[in-house]
Amino acid sequence: MSPEAKAFAVPAGADTPLRDKVLRRIRSRPTTRGAAVLLGIMVALAVLAPFITPQNPHDLAALSVMDNRLAPGEAGMNGMTYWLGTDSQGRDMLSAILYGLRTSLMVGLTATAGALFIGISAGLLAAQFGGGVDAVIMRVVDFMLGFPSILIALVLLASIGRGVDKVILAIILVQWAQYARLMRASALVERRKEYIEAALNFGLPTRHIMLAHLLPNSVGSVLVVASISIASAITLEATLSFLGVGVPVTQPSLGLLIANGFEFLLSGEYWIAVFPGIALVLLIVSLNLVGDRLRRSFNVRS
Amino acid sequence: MNASTSVPIIELRGITKHFRRKPTLAERILMATGRGKAPPVLRAVDGVDLSVARGEVLGLVGESGCGKSTLARIVTGILRPTQGEVVYEQRPVAGLRGKERLDFLLKVQMIFQDPYASLDPRMKVSRIVGEALSVHKLLPKAEIDGAVDQALSEVGLDLAYRERYPHQFSGGQRQRIGIARALAVKPDFLVCDEPVSALDVSIQAQVINLFMDVRARHGLTYLFVSHDLGLVRHISDRVAIMYLGRIVEIGAAASIFAEPAHPYSAALIAAIPSAKRRKRAFEPLKGELPSPLAPPPGCPFHPRCPQAMSVCREIRPALAEISPGRSAACHLHTAPEAA
Repeated sequence: MSPEAKAFAVPAGADTPLRDKVLRRIRSRPTTRGAAVLLGIMVALAVLAPFITPQNPHDLAALSVMDNRLAPGEAGMNGMTYWLGTDSQGRDMLSAILYGLRTSLMVGLTATAGALFIGISAGLLAAQFGGGVDAVIMRVVDFMLGFPSILIALVLLASIGRGVDKVILAIILVQWAQYARLMRASALVERRKEYIEAALNFGLPTRHIMLAHLLPNSVGSVLVVASISIASAITLEATLSFLGVGVPVTQPSLGLLIANGFEFLLSGEYWIAVFPGIALVLLIVSLNLVGDRLRRSFNVRS
Repeated sequence: MNASTSVPIIELRGITKHFRRKPTLAERILMATGRGKAPPVLRAVDGVDLSVARGEVLGLVGESGCGKSTLARIVTGILRPTQGEVVYEQRPVAGLRGKERLDFLLKVQMIFQDPYASLDPRMKVSRIVGEALSVHKLLPKAEIDGAVDQALSEVGLDLAYRERYPHQFSGGQRQRIGIARALAVKPDFLVCDEPVSALDVSIQAQVINLFMDVRARHGLTYLFVSHDLGLVRHISDRVAIMYLGRIVEIGAAASIFAEPAHPYSAALIAAIPSAKRRKRAFEPLKGELPSPLAPPPGCPFHPRCPQAMSVCREIRPALAEISPGRSAACHLHTAPEAA
């Protein structure tokens, strides 16, 4: 080996893959570690909901109206114990919450993925082509970011009606702009580096430069920010559902469950609204803690 | 102007590169209403004629900011000149399309200054070196690995490194990867933009020797951009000295270093550290490179020139032959009646 190779000490961990680095960073702090574990448990519960819930809350035949509004821990007519109580239709709250978690997570993840796809594409195009393309895309982005997100979503849902797919569409519409702006900024930085000039020097096609060089090198910060934005997508969905323009009654998310229990809060039947509320808070907090840790360890400005 | 024998491989004719900042919204409004004025033009390269003969090493020297790197990027086709034309093997590059343009781009390769920024951090060495070959389908898939290995061994890199990422290498090794990347497409002209200035002094010599070995093996032609005069003197056949976007002196390396014709060349050469002249005091060049946004009138060097005359403040001297194969842009060498 040449002396120069020996003189150059590869910093420890420089060749560890990104995945390992991320995992190490999450493990390094007890709070983040706890949040990550909690998040993992909640995702597992949501995924496995159909197999582990004591009752299928969507199956009306399984519900007994006689069991309505039972307090937590009370047993129903069929001898089943409702650990988190029941709602006004005799639905087991624990089952409803797990199914609601499933809906909330599904909506949050799908919407974030959709918004990422659109935002990354738009930002990349704006950075690569500049000029008119850049101006048009970025003015649309400015326009979108100029409105409060809840307003855009409300207007859209009020005009196209409710449904899981429509909520996802509304969240994508609200969130793509921030990813586009971030993607453009980081792609502009990468585009000035010499390896892009080298690619031009080889006469590589623009499409190849964008997809093989610019995209992988600038997408990191956007993905990290997206990990936090999943939480805000879920919050937005919950808000919309709470306001009655979100998911349909037949597929209640956490937000809709809270809305359903809202009217009973003052009559002392707190569990119908409070338990879904706690589930939502735990989900959002753990997502935020993990996402924020990622953001800080990658030193990304949001 | 070029007395060397063979045909030029690359010829620059009146190359000018202007950069202009895009006016801001407020400035555009002012301009539309007839007040305000357009942002100033930066003349990075301002009318350069240069020809490089096949097989020679032409050193291009100048202070930071004099337009060396911009000129290098114009030669390789990364930047397009604002005015003037680049002629590659008797054909203007601007007229080349498709396959012919690609041919020119690949035959004229660039070695970059920063070995950290010039390699895509997310690509393995094998991909970096073989990229152009596979994207342009220059070789059948099965032969690309072999070509990559050959390029790597030519620059003295262990083949065991081929599946590593750039961050796992030292600066010198990275520069070798950059050279291997250029060699993989079989160029005949290398434009080296300060290829060793970012490296440790101890490694510079190794990389320079590599450049010279590669040149001998493949009969390459070099345009070697540097601000290190000692280095340029060591490796160049001819030297061109640039000041504020223009060439002020050009000629055989030995004659320029022995007897610089332009006061700027003289000042640069006097500043080369030398063991022989250790005790001798020298007059450092005063002031800084003037802004290329507002170059001084007349000879751009006159505010710093120890021999400035009144004519220098008014008339810009043209590059003129002062002896065979030797040109300088200075009023000291034009006939007295012109002054």
